[in-house]
Amino acid sequence: MNMKKLITVMSMMLWASVVIAGPTIQQWSTTKGSKVLFVASPEIPMLDVRVVFAAGSARDAQQPGVAQLTSALLMSGAGNWNADQIASRLENIGAVVSTGADRDMATLSLRSLTDADQLKIALETASVILSKPTFPIADVERDKNRLLLGIKAKQQSPGDIAADAFYAAIYGTHAYASPEEGVAESVQKLKAKDLQAFHQQYYVAKNALVVLVGDVSRAQAEAIAEQLTQGLATGTKAAALPTVANKVANLEKRIAMPTAQTHILLGQAIVARNDPDYFALYVGNHILGGSGFASRLMQSIREDRGLAYSVYSYFAPMAVAGPFTAGMQTRNDQAEAAIALMREQIKKFVEQGPTEKELEKSIQNITSGFALRIDSNKERIGYLAMMGFYDVPLDYLNTFNEKIRAVTVTDIRDAFTRRVHPEQLALVIVGGAVTKPANK
Amino acid sequence: MGIALLCNAGVYNTLAHAELLPATTAANVTVYELDNGMRILVLPDHRAPVVVSQVWYRVGSSYEHNGVTGISHMLEHMMFKGTKKLKPGEFSEIIAFNGGEENAFTGTDYTAYFQTIAADRLELCLRLEAERMRNLKLDETELKKELQVVKEERRMRTEDNPQALTFEQFQATAFVNSPYHHPIIGWMDDITNYKVNDAREWYDRWYAPNNAILVVVGDVQPAAVYALAKKYFGKLKPSLLVPPKTQIEIPQLGERRIKVHAPAEVPYVVLGYPVPVLKTAKEAWQVYALDVLAGVLDGGDSARLSRELIRGQQIAAQVSVSYDMYDRLNSSFVLSAVPNDNKKVADIETALRQQLNKLKTHKISAEELARVKAQVLASEVYQRDSMFYQGMRLGLLEAVGLGWQRADEYVAGIKAVTAEQVQSVAKEYFVDQHVTVAELVPQSSITAPNVSGE
Repeated sequence: MNMKKLITVMSMMLWASVVIAGPTIQQWSTTKGSKVLFVASPEIPMLDVRVVFAAGSARDAQQPGVAQLTSALLMSGAGNWNADQIASRLENIGAVVSTGADRDMATLSLRSLTDADQLKIALETASVILSKPTFPIADVERDKNRLLLGIKAKQQSPGDIAADAFYAAIYGTHAYASPEEGVAESVQKLKAKDLQAFHQQYYVAKNALVVLVGDVSRAQAEAIAEQLTQGLATGTKAAALPTVANKVANLEKRIAMPTAQTHILLGQAIVARNDPDYFALYVGNHILGGSGFASRLMQSIREDRGLAYSVYSYFAPMAVAGPFTAGMQTRNDQAEAAIALMREQIKKFVEQGPTEKELEKSIQNITSGFALRIDSNKERIGYLAMMGFYDVPLDYLNTFNEKIRAVTVTDIRDAFTRRVHPEQLALVIVGGAVTKPANK
Repeated sequence: MGIALLCNAGVYNTLAHAELLPATTAANVTVYELDNGMRILVLPDHRAPVVVSQVWYRVGSSYEHNGVTGISHMLEHMMFKGTKKLKPGEFSEIIAFNGGEENAFTGTDYTAYFQTIAADRLELCLRLEAERMRNLKLDETELKKELQVVKEERRMRTEDNPQALTFEQFQATAFVNSPYHHPIIGWMDDITNYKVNDAREWYDRWYAPNNAILVVVGDVQPAAVYALAKKYFGKLKPSLLVPPKTQIEIPQLGERRIKVHAPAEVPYVVLGYPVPVLKTAKEAWQVYALDVLAGVLDGGDSARLSRELIRGQQIAAQVSVSYDMYDRLNSSFVLSAVPNDNKKVADIETALRQQLNKLKTHKISAEELARVKAQVLASEVYQRDSMFYQGMRLGLLEAVGLGWQRADEYVAGIKAVTAEQVQSVAKEYFVDQHVTVAELVPQSSITAPNVSGE
């Protein structure tokens, strides 16, 4: 069979393929003003719920780590229950609840069977965790120490050190600059009352989003969203984050570390969710470093020269300018050569853009693979949380393919030229290739 | 046992905590066998117009011998590097062009290749997989290049990760003559010295339809999948398969204890005891009891280790248990922990061993037993959300020679476990003379560790 011919045949089939619609999303608000998004998914008797607050580490202000620690402590005591009782209540019925925080969001995720008795216990527990956490002093101290140890452990991972240095470099004085876990000197000072205050300000109904995917009816979903938010103070929505200065604070950061490999990150703060350039940047990056083996970075750095195992680039849209990141790891003595290659690839892409052929292939890949991205409840709830949190229009999934297909070579070139500035990218180098002392 | 992934996003997936749970019921699986011995399993799941196609080969790092450790994983990389009809990278290109996602992974007991793709493109995947099952090129230049990539992979996963380094040394100590002794990715020196012929011999020996299982999960009809599989795989010639030598691990005659000095900030300890697995156990109930025991210790925040070591005594900052009942050979029941900042590794080791002793001297409570069973039942439902995972269970069970039906026996097996049985396996297997302990001793040195194979 001639593969070239096969591709032609396949591509003819593609244009005839049916349009795959996204799931039907229902939206409403709870009585206290929390936004709710719901997708019915009746095939499996289970329910996924996420309650999302604008309460990530970008809200840490003068207390780096406070968002992370608040999130970690929610399940250590709530209402009349201690940590053991909370864990037992949930795990005795096979429910899975976790809390976590990144820079933008603090999230409680719940997964439960839809058996009425079990679901009742799971939801009752989750609603108390969200609205009445007690932040017991002993638990705060213990989890603080664990968080401090986690911060210390990051120092043995070149990847973690590089990531922290990268965010510091591209965000300077902005709230996104500090690590999600905070920093040791700040975490050490945190007290139960700080967590309590953070909770009171941010874990409030007006700052909450509830997303549900699973085997429940609309009426049930409404009741569940009410139950999860009724105990919260009404409060106010978190203020918009400040914009990010366009210049990177630190163009080059080298950190010495006794490793076999050097970790390299290159990038800048560029794209917010709902940015009009997003689709052009997304498709362009797919070609540059976002499509796995097919990408230019992968081809030149891994496939042609064997310099790295993992090499990639991506745009991570956030509430305000999220990072464009290009990254790789390579043997120490190859680091400079690999960096030169990566820079050259990015520069060339920004200057010349992709070829028509590359664009066609990427559009094919992204649009034909659309169904794969929403084929499980887990994936769907991830999209719902993103759309709800960032106020993305609800037709996002239904119009996604259309928007991808509309992107032209000119659009990509134009967006990259305006938004990505190769000479202004921050460069972070961590590893054994480094002889200079680290910048403090 | 851990898993090596040919992934390109720097995401480390591991099955080390694979308390694998059943995903499906036998009623829905249709099984076929081609004349050449290739097995085909189809599980329809019509939730989305998508299909997951996986080809599993019964070969992995536990089939390897010294000098060519990691060759299964190396070959996995080479499977993307061109065949008689496909240029290097073209396989991936075609899948990408058709909107598919694809990758592969190597474990101790299997190597698997998969695509997730729109259901109407399944034929393409089968055609391409059939092509590389028998017509791989294995070019010397490509191998030399790709071997550099694998060395980078090893540096990333192991050399620069002190916990991974410690675990690798633990395995090498806990297993003397069992092939679980060596890492899936192989020793650096072996990777450096691969020759095309090593890969060629391995390919010729193991990549045959009668050593392969096709698993398809998704929006398909079994009969249609069978027809396509027959069309593409049916014409491939089977090989004469010579099974690997048995290499049963020698009895352990005393405690083994090692220290790993590596650049690190935080200590870490791994403890393990030799245990049987479903494939080797004389009594299957023992394996289910060990699995329940793992859940009693580490099945969430209400489990003993979290409740007593992290929250109660505040000795551990992190702790975890792993037991893979579906390994092909006798395995380890492994506990690993990071001590709290003001505690020593010795404290955590003592605390862990006290926990094991308590399991020997006292029966677990009815509530604990009920919790573990409830978690298993719930997980069984949750699994159904992932087509990939459902396929993975079926493929894994087939690849290690247990048979996919074991997925269905799991729940019954767990349900039948009693508190007395948990106590009995604790007594039988957590024997002081059988422990292996590996301790990471952090070095804040400023010189790089001595890495071989440079």
